Amino acid sequence: MKMLDRFGRATIDFFEYTGGIVTLAGASGSFLLRLRIRFVETISQCYFLGVQSISIVILTSLFTGMVISLESAVQAVQFGVGTLVGGAVTFASVRELGPMLTAVVVAGRVGAAIAAEIGSMVVTEQIEALTSMGLEVPRFLVLPRLLALVIMLPLLTVFADVVSIAGGMWIAQTYAHISTATFLASARQAVGFEDVLKGLVKSVVFACIIALVGAYQGLRTRGGAAGVGNSTTGAVVLSIIMIFISNFIMSFALFGTH
Amino acid sequence: MADVYARLDDVTLMYGDRVILKNCSLDVVKGAITCIIGLSGAGKSTIVRLLDGLRKPDFGHVYIGTADICHMPEAHLNDVRRHISLSFQFAALLDSLTVGDNVALPLRERTQMTDAEIRKTVEDALDSVGLAHTYDSMPSELSGGMLKRAGFARAIVTKPDLVLYDEPTTGLDPIVTHLITDTIVRLRQKLDGTAVVISHDLQSIYMMADYVAMLFEGAIIAYGTVDEIRKSSNPIVQQFIQGSEVGPIPI
Repeated sequence: MKMLDRFGRATIDFFEYTGGIVTLAGASGSFLLRLRIRFVETISQCYFLGVQSISIVILTSLFTGMVISLESAVQAVQFGVGTLVGGAVTFASVRELGPMLTAVVVAGRVGAAIAAEIGSMVVTEQIEALTSMGLEVPRFLVLPRLLALVIMLPLLTVFADVVSIAGGMWIAQTYAHISTATFLASARQAVGFEDVLKGLVKSVVFACIIALVGAYQGLRTRGGAAGVGNSTTGAVVLSIIMIFISNFIMSFALFGTH
Repeated sequence: MADVYARLDDVTLMYGDRVILKNCSLDVVKGAITCIIGLSGAGKSTIVRLLDGLRKPDFGHVYIGTADICHMPEAHLNDVRRHISLSFQFAALLDSLTVGDNVALPLRERTQMTDAEIRKTVEDALDSVGLAHTYDSMPSELSGGMLKRAGFARAIVTKPDLVLYDEPTTGLDPIVTHLITDTIVRLRQKLDGTAVVISHDLQSIYMMADYVAMLFEGAIIAYGTVDEIRKSSNPIVQQFIQGSEVGPIPI
């Protein structure tokens, strides 16, 4: 009986949470469609959420590209297929690692920041104050962050792709003596513009996940500092789980048939 | 019979299994200052949130004028809120904005006023609470009393018909408490509107209240003018205003 009770509660919680996210997305989307956008706030969020994440994205993608190259180059040269290293690094970066690692890094930095900021506003009654003034919280707080991430995450992903490939190319050249021309020729053969676009489509979906989960976790905050901490942790953990799951679904849908 | 601006009609509100208000009714008289007193955690702040539509009762009705705001769509409720302002216990200013921008926020978002008109109106509002010099300050730079007065400025800047003050004097020294109380009375006269004040501070209440309502165990158990409340024969009211440990109120 207890098991059934727990299962029932978990099911209700799941649908309540999902419903909450969908409602928040719908409310934000309706303001977007009516062009009721806070442009100045959106630009400032682009700077905070996007521009200030560049260094951490560059660092992680650089070392990821380098390690893929390091691992694959030795094996490839041993088997006499060193000319394929460029393709392997670029393929992995553009289709999977670029969009997903960028999203995970941004979820850790930005998802946490969104949840913490909005959560603090909840516990200090600032959200109630906005509602009391007749201001719509989705338009005022959520939409600028959502739009900023939808604009900035694909740009960060392009940065990550380029830096990752460059790092891989450098390691392939210095460690496995694969020339730049060979590396780039292999990269061009392995990956088309369509792959880059599909990677960017993924990053748009990831951006929505990070912004909406962060904002919703923040708005659900109860209690004081501990509540803000829980919301922040929850935002990061949930965003990352949802990024991984949606990445698989999108990879299957976008690349699965090839 | 005095005109009633807002009314709680037989309201019951629960948080989970806990009953906060039980069949609670209250009339807020137009043009008067109504103070609500009661023990900590009695549900006083919940009443101002009900009047502002921030909480919905489980049973009963909340009227602003003749409109029942309990079942109103959010867009209509926002129209009603244009005539109501809530001043929060800890001011609830947005800490990312300056004091001036905080006070200007409802004007920027809800009116078609030009920047120059907004600036002038905000300066007037800050001046009326003695904070004209804080326009460009951040909320974190203000003291507790100044924060509360900045919150008042934001509450009155749209010239609302009803201002709700949630514990405006809690945690302040007697001089600032006197200043805040005096400001509430002056603002009500300036706006020619209605006010509801939640407070524990009996000296302040005696200074400003036209009517006093005492909330106990989820219901209004006494209502009247300051003199009527002071002379009330209700032992709970007497124990509360005398601050006695002995009496029917469980400690």
